[in-house]
Amino acid sequence: MTYKAGEYHLFEGGGQEYLYLVPSGGIFALTDLSSAIIKKLKGGEHTEAELLSDLATDGFASTEIEEAIEELYQSHAITSGVGFKAEVQPAPMPFPLQTLVLNVTNQCNLSCKYCYEFGEDRVATPEGKPKFMSEETARAAVDFLLANSPGRRAVHLTFFGGETLMNFKVVRSTIEYARAQAHTAGKYIDFSLTTNATLLTPQVIEYLAENGVGVTISIDGPRELNDTFRVFNNGQGSYDVIAPRVKELITRHKSRPIGARVTLTSQVVDVKRIFRHLKDEIGFHEVGFAPVTTSPVRLYAIGSDGLNNVLEQFTELAHEYRDYALRDEHHGFSNVSDTLQELHAGISKAHPCGAGLGLLGIGPSGDISPCHRFVDSDKHKLGHISEGVDRTTQAEFLERGHIQRKVECHTCWARPVCSGGCYHEAYVRYGDTGHANLHYCDWIRGWTHICLEIYGELAARNPKFLEHFDERKSI
Amino acid sequence: MKHLRAVNRKARRIEDYISSEYGDVFALQQGPPQNRPHYPMGCSLVFSPGWEVDATGGTAGLCQPVERDLYDCYISCFWPAQVPDHINNYPDWTSKCATATKDWRQIDLVFP
Repeated sequence: MTYKAGEYHLFEGGGQEYLYLVPSGGIFALTDLSSAIIKKLKGGEHTEAELLSDLATDGFASTEIEEAIEELYQSHAITSGVGFKAEVQPAPMPFPLQTLVLNVTNQCNLSCKYCYEFGEDRVATPEGKPKFMSEETARAAVDFLLANSPGRRAVHLTFFGGETLMNFKVVRSTIEYARAQAHTAGKYIDFSLTTNATLLTPQVIEYLAENGVGVTISIDGPRELNDTFRVFNNGQGSYDVIAPRVKELITRHKSRPIGARVTLTSQVVDVKRIFRHLKDEIGFHEVGFAPVTTSPVRLYAIGSDGLNNVLEQFTELAHEYRDYALRDEHHGFSNVSDTLQELHAGISKAHPCGAGLGLLGIGPSGDISPCHRFVDSDKHKLGHISEGVDRTTQAEFLERGHIQRKVECHTCWARPVCSGGCYHEAYVRYGDTGHANLHYCDWIRGWTHICLEIYGELAARNPKFLEHFDERKSI
Repeated sequence: MKHLRAVNRKARRIEDYISSEYGDVFALQQGPPQNRPHYPMGCSLVFSPGWEVDATGGTAGLCQPVERDLYDCYISCFWPAQVPDHINNYPDWTSKCATATKDWRQIDLVFP
C-alpha cells in the first residue's frame, strides 16, 4: 500500500508538535514516530515497505511503525489512492432558531463615517419603511422565535440598531413580554444589546443591570482615535459623552461582563494602545476588534500592508493573552478567546456563520433577513414576520454560501474555522454573499496559526485552562 | 491510540469513532469482553486446550490473527463448528474478501 500526506496543518506549541486535521478540525499531539512518518510523507509518496525500512534504520520497531501508520491513516492524517471523500451532511431543515436580532430602529444619533448601515457601502434600502420597530412587531418577533426553536432549551434575543437605545421603550417592553412567553413555553431566554453608549442614562443602566442584559459597547479607543470616525451629526466627537457613561455602566452592571467592540480602519490601527485604554483605563471585561467592512476604494479601508501591521499587533497582544492564561489569569482580548473556543471544539463549518440558519435579523418593518447586517435590504429579504421565512429564498441563500461552492477554499487548511468568511463582507467586496473573502485569506491563516500555537502551548503547559472552553459560550 | 494523542474535543470524538469502528476485535485470551459489542477472536482459550495445538505444541493464540487460520478451518481442515463450511452450504462465504488481512470485515455471520 502506498501512502501520502493527508490534509492537515502542522504546528508547534510549548515544545510539542501537533496536527490540525482538515476538514475535521481535530487536534492531535504527535509522538516522535508519528511525527517522523508525517515528515517522510510530506516529501512525497511512500509504500508501507519503504516507511518500514526507512524508519527502522532510525531505530523504531516495525510493529510500532505499522501501528502508527494505521492510526494516522484511520484519523485521515495520511491517505492512499485517491484519498478520502468528505461527506457533507445537509443541515436539518427547517433549522431551529437560536438567536434573533431585532433592529429596533434604523435611526442613529451618531454619524460614524464607516457605518455599514448608513455609510457609502450600505446595503440597506430603508426608504418608505418604518424607522422604529413597533411593540406589536417586536412581540410578533418574540412569538416567531419561540415557535421556531423546537428542541432548544435556551434561546437568545439581541437588540440592535441604528442606535438601539433610541427605541429603549420597545426594548424594555419586549424583554418583559419575551420573559413571560418563554416561561409559558418552558424555555430559557436571555438578552443582550449593542449600543454606542450615548444614551446610557442612570435609569437605563439600572434597568440593564437589574435584568441581566448583556451589553456590548461600540467604541474605538481613546479620545483622538474614537473621535476619528465616531462623531455626532455636527462632526463633534462622541468620546467625552460616552466615556463617563460607560464607566458608570461598568461600575453598576455586574450581572454580565461588559464588552467593547472596536472597528479598525486605516487611521485607527493602534491595537495595543486601544486595548490598554479600554481594558485598564475604562475597565471593560473584554475587548474585540474587527477591521472595517468596506469596499477597497474607501480612504478608511485597510490595505494588505495595514492588515499585516494589525496582525503583528494582534500577535503581540495574543502572546500577552497566552502568558496570562499560563498563570490562570483573565486577559480580555476576545479575538483570542473566540478563536480558542472554536479550536477547542474542533468546529468544522459548512457555512461561515449561523446567519440564515440558527440566527435571523428582523428589521423595524418586520422584514426577516439573514442577520442584522442585511436588515432593511430588499435584495436580501428572507420573508416577513407575519408570514415566516420563505424557505425557497432561504435555501438559495444557504446553498450560495455553502463551503462546497467556494472552490478557492477547497485547498485551504483554515477552512474549518473560516468557511469563506462573512456574507456581508463578501457582498460589499464582491457583490455576492457566496463569494469567498479572498482579500483576507492570509490574515485568516496567519491568525489561525497563531491561535493554534497558543492552543498547543496551553495544552502542553496548562491544559486545565482549556477546560474553560468546554462549556459552549452563548453568543 | 498510542502514536496520536487527542487534544481537543473533536479529536476525542475522532478517537472514539476509530475505536468503535476498528477497536471492536478482542482476542479471547485478552480477558473478559469489553463493555461494548465486539468480535471475539480465536476459537480456543488458553485454558481450553485439547482441540488443537500449534506447531510448537502450544495452545495460546490459536487462530490469532484469525486470517492466518481462517482458511484452514473454512477450506482445508474443515472445522464447521467454528466457521461455515465451504463444501456443502457456504461456498461463497469469503467471496467479498479478496485479501484476508484487509477485507476480513467483509466476511459476515451466517444464519443457517
